[in-house]
Amino acid sequence: MENNNGTIISLKDIVVEFDGERILKSINLDIKDKEFVTLLGPSGCGKTTTLRIIGGFLNADSGDVYFGGERINDVPPHKRNVNTVFQRYALFPHLNVYDNIAFGLKLKKMPANEIKTKVKEMLKLVNLEGYERRSITKLSGGQHQRVAIARALINQPKVLLLDEPLGALDLKLRKEMQVELKRIQQSLEITFIYVTHDQEEALTMSDTVVVMKDGNIMQVGTPVDIYNEPVNAFVADFIGESNIISGMMRRDFLVEFAGKEFECVDRGFDRNEIVDVVIRPEDIEIVPTIQGQLEGVVESVIFKGVHYEMVIDTLDFKWLVHSTKCEEVGTNVGMRVAPMDIHIMHKTTEE
Amino acid sequence: MKSKLAAAPYLIWMAVFTIVPLGLVFYYGLTDQDGNFSIDNLSRMGMYTNIFFRSIWLAVIATVVCLIIAYPLAFILSRMDTHKQGTMLLLVMLPMWMNFLLRTYAWMTLLETNGVINKILGFVGLGPFEMINTQGAIVLGMVYNYVPFMILPLYSVMTKIDNSVIEAAQDLGSNSRQVLMKVIIPLSKPGIMTGITMVFVPSVSTFIISRMLGGGSNMLIGDLIEQQILGTSYNLNLGASISIVLMIFIFMIMAVMNQFDDEEMEGMII
Ligand SMILES: Nc1ncnc2c1ncn2[C@@H]1O[C@H](COP(=O)(O)OP(=O)(O)OP(=O)(O)O)[C@@H](O)[C@H]1O
Ligand SMILES: [Mg+2]
Repeated sequence: MENNNGTIISLKDIVVEFDGERILKSINLDIKDKEFVTLLGPSGCGKTTTLRIIGGFLNADSGDVYFGGERINDVPPHKRNVNTVFQRYALFPHLNVYDNIAFGLKLKKMPANEIKTKVKEMLKLVNLEGYERRSITKLSGGQHQRVAIARALINQPKVLLLDEPLGALDLKLRKEMQVELKRIQQSLEITFIYVTHDQEEALTMSDTVVVMKDGNIMQVGTPVDIYNEPVNAFVADFIGESNIISGMMRRDFLVEFAGKEFECVDRGFDRNEIVDVVIRPEDIEIVPTIQGQLEGVVESVIFKGVHYEMVIDTLDFKWLVHSTKCEEVGTNVGMRVAPMDIHIMHKTTEE
Repeated sequence: MKSKLAAAPYLIWMAVFTIVPLGLVFYYGLTDQDGNFSIDNLSRMGMYTNIFFRSIWLAVIATVVCLIIAYPLAFILSRMDTHKQGTMLLLVMLPMWMNFLLRTYAWMTLLETNGVINKILGFVGLGPFEMINTQGAIVLGMVYNYVPFMILPLYSVMTKIDNSVIEAAQDLGSNSRQVLMKVIIPLSKPGIMTGITMVFVPSVSTFIISRMLGGGSNMLIGDLIEQQILGTSYNLNLGASISIVLMIFIFMIMAVMNQFDDEEMEGMII
């Protein structure tokens, strides 16, 4: 079934419009079998819409959807080997926890005792043992979410779509469920297409991250690629807090910003091209003023657990710096950045 | 304390307009013309078995027809854009703004042997058909007059069914029929129950529809009661007795209805 080098789902030139407004602008995406893919992007960028196209709940205005090499544009949702954990859970209010989770298996006419064992397993997996008879209306938000995950997962689909499945959980349970979902995905060998707007979640769980903005895909890559080699300032900023400052590429390996020239490792830009310079807060080193490439005043310090987050004002720019050393507010400090930590990007031209 | 005080007007209202009249019905039903306790009138009910049976039968048919018409309509309505829903609902309600008698008279002129429908059919060489003064005409009158009472409660529960729940059912492998049986019908059950009550009760006790569209030969319980109380055979006590029996019937039928749980409901409709 999986020809096309193990590609299981493929979106080709998908365009979606609502009321004349383009919500998805020609999405092209190949998803490999057994892969954990995350769609990451700000609210309203079209993540849920993309999932709805794959699930079959929405027809694209143009473009094709392929599943294992077969065009499935006209296949209705109930015939697609795909299950969904919906963003707003969409549990059946007239059924209890057990019957919600058993819904898919009952449709498949699985024997009752087999269903029973499977539901039990699922409940254990999502930490809801003993909740079988509980009415859906009497669950907390996090419990709803876990029932929704169990209800979709129990069918062992080839592809599972998860629309912010952990959004309502507290941090601890969220971390636990992240590990659990990842483990399930690997042991059951199911392709996960996971939607989140939490970049940390995306980076820790995924094999591939797809960064979206305003109905476009900005970048597709491994978490490491996306983090280290963001293609533009938007991705850099979204994937982790960054200092983004305008600069000018003097020549290959030399960039000017904040009124100074810096060595860098980027090349291939036009001479004197206006660029975005991206520097991660943890890549800025605080040094005595004499040794600094830049000099500024500490404006604020916040303790963040592992490190201190400082804002350092150099008059033309406020730098976000992470450091394990605490500096007094109001002191003058110097800052240094290694050439390889200076990321140069073409300015994104808004369409 | 406050809430009790606030409830007082309603309690008084209920006492004056529900409990007292009910008491009167029972009083008259269980006494004879001289005011002595008697169940003579109740024991004469056997005479009217035919009429009871016909009333209930026609009301059941009318209720089922209303449900069949209203259910898909209410569902389609509930899935429309919100602003379109308003307009469509208005269209559903519009006939109700006209006087009940007027609407039923309109059907009389339509259905008459030399009425509008037969005339039109005559042009294409059909008929004339015997339409007025039949049981079919009575059912038609009931359906026409009471179908909004089925649509409204159904519509109001169906608007509360989120589209994503329907999508979830499809996602888990339900085809359209299974979505209907396993999700939409169970979730709209309260509306079905209310709608059935609101159509069945007025249908089973109507007398105007049967008199105007059913002719003399299709007497219903409503006609019978009306005859005892306002009509020729003036006998308040008998009229009250019949009312009591009718009430008991309605009560029993409703009790049976409410016994259906989801499983039986499914079986009933398949
Ligand atoms: N049925 C619809 N009709 C009209 N506009 C819609 C519809 N569904 C979504 N949209 C619009 O499409 C855009 C993308 O929506 P989508 O639900 O895909 O966003 P998202 O990326 O999932 O956001 P979030 O993270 O907030 O869930 C939004 O601007 C939304 O308002
Ligand atoms: Mg969404």
